[in-house]
Amino acid sequence: MNRRLSWFNVTTLSLGFAFLYLPMLILIIYSFNASKLVTVWAGFSTQWYVSLMGNQQFLDAAWVTLRVAFFSSTLATVLGTMAAYVLVRAGRFPGRTLFSGMIYAPLVMPDVITGLSLLLLFIAINLDRGIFTIVLAHTTFSMCYVSVVVSSRLMTFDRSLEEAALDLGCTPFDAFRSVTLPIITPAVISGWLLAFTLSLDDLVIASFTAGPSSTTLPIRIFSSVRLGVSPEINALSTIMISIVAVGVVSASLVSKRAIIRQRQEELAGVRA
Amino acid sequence: MAQSKPQNVFAPWDDPNEVPLIRFRNVTKRFGTFTAIDSLDLDIYRKEFFALLGPSGCGKTTLMRMLAGFETPSEGKITVDDVDVGPIPPNKRPVNMMFQSYALFPHLTVEDNIAFGLKRSKMSRDEITARVTEMLRLTRLEKFARRKPHQISGGQRQRVALARSLAKAPKLLLLDEPLGALDRKLREDTQFELMDIQEKTGTTFVIVTHDQEEAMTVASRVAVMDHGRIVQVDTPAGIYETPNSVYVADFIGDVNIIEGNASPAGEGRVSIHYAEGAQPIIAAADHIPDGQRVSFAIRPEKIVVGTEPDPDRTNQVRGRIVDIGYLGNVSTYHLELPGGQKFSAQMTNARRLARRDFTWDDEVWLSWTETAGVVLTE
Repeated sequence: MNRRLSWFNVTTLSLGFAFLYLPMLILIIYSFNASKLVTVWAGFSTQWYVSLMGNQQFLDAAWVTLRVAFFSSTLATVLGTMAAYVLVRAGRFPGRTLFSGMIYAPLVMPDVITGLSLLLLFIAINLDRGIFTIVLAHTTFSMCYVSVVVSSRLMTFDRSLEEAALDLGCTPFDAFRSVTLPIITPAVISGWLLAFTLSLDDLVIASFTAGPSSTTLPIRIFSSVRLGVSPEINALSTIMISIVAVGVVSASLVSKRAIIRQRQEELAGVRA
Repeated sequence: MAQSKPQNVFAPWDDPNEVPLIRFRNVTKRFGTFTAIDSLDLDIYRKEFFALLGPSGCGKTTLMRMLAGFETPSEGKITVDDVDVGPIPPNKRPVNMMFQSYALFPHLTVEDNIAFGLKRSKMSRDEITARVTEMLRLTRLEKFARRKPHQISGGQRQRVALARSLAKAPKLLLLDEPLGALDRKLREDTQFELMDIQEKTGTTFVIVTHDQEEAMTVASRVAVMDHGRIVQVDTPAGIYETPNSVYVADFIGDVNIIEGNASPAGEGRVSIHYAEGAQPIIAAADHIPDGQRVSFAIRPEKIVVGTEPDPDRTNQVRGRIVDIGYLGNVSTYHLELPGGQKFSAQMTNARRLARRDFTWDDEVWLSWTETAGVVLTE
């Protein structure tokens, strides 16, 4: 068996990855630049990370972003899981197609439109914009991602496990809590991580729904870049890239590993 | 010295004073325009091992799921212990089910799987532990109590599923193709184990299967189903020996079917004319009108194949051996009658093969008695 990649494959792969990751790589490298001039390399230094720690504006924004990401992803996970459960389990109820279409629509909806419509809604109901409104907005758009992840898991879930729980005396809710949920947990976790990451780097929707006291990190970065790129931004972006990378990688690891393992267990429980 | 008493035969269905545990009264189940169960009546008695047998799509699984509470009848009434179970949800029924897929909870150990139902009843923790231990002993799973379902073999999983569904001591246990996933040897062992456990616990078992051998082996009575209806309910022997229709005769075991016109031939007998110029078949049958079109069904093992007609048997037909299937203990002869009808006969290989008097293409005599077959009008 020929396990070695051909020259053609190596070239294609490197070009592809370079296209995707070269800009980020340059950003990461320059975040360790000693010079204040972004384009001139003047030796290795971590001074921008240190000065970033002293930048209260950035720290405040980071704290806002983390809180928004945490609450919105948690809320999105609860709602998204419920929606997925209904879509997969409830069979054909009137309006099912409409319902599923409406859940998945935000996936392809331009952020500007989502943001604008939410802004109009908040103004209409006279809701003061702040962290709460960003949480609501982020929940709205990230919930469909959770729902996609969870429903794909539920589709391969053996229904007779729930029936067995009912048969053994569980109420439908008890069956969900003690049988379904433990088994689909990896998918729920990876849905949560996905929602968290999405919320972390959203600029457009957040800028529509944020108030004066609730500037998120992407908004802060975007506005300071307009005054010129400071190396601090590079350092901050590097940190964010790491957080997002860790989030995405662990989401896929959690789901892949656990789903494979559980699939085996389930198959074992299901087929002799 | 000791006189053997006639054995006490378990046959509550013959006792007019016995009240059935389960009654289906005029039950119909429709899925959209498809009728899965068609105005069905059925009584199942306490301590029975009752088999629902039929090809896939005959409604047997729907019938079982209605007992478990996963489906509700479109019409009619199902009672368990004289209680109409129609409005009772599955978690409130005195019925437990063993699923075809076993449906063991993959995230729980064997003992937690067995304790699952008990924890949802009003039992104290000590009682639960005692009951789980008892079930583990009954199904010989003590050594595997702390393992997860994926760490044990298929046969062990099957026993966990059984233990879990028996743990709550249900009035009725439903088994959905319980042995389908096991290989042949293990399946046969498990069949006897099931019967043993059924006897020990005294639980009423209803088993759904498409495997006629399985139904015949384990069941006290078998209901043969087709297209949402019950065609015949009888003991395994009754189903096999006296099927009430060509469908049942054909579904259970091998059978030769010959169609012909009946005419009375004395007390309790008819003669069946099945081919021009052929000697009519004489068979025991009552109430068959003259000229009625009938099917004569006879099992291959009820036919004697020989070089000479057997003088003790009324029916003697010539045939030519087309093929011989040698199975070791028995041989199956595929024969052709002068009229072109295909026939099969089965004989025990009492003599060594080399001493057999006939072989391929030989003309032989097939003989059987008047009561060897059944005359069917359906």
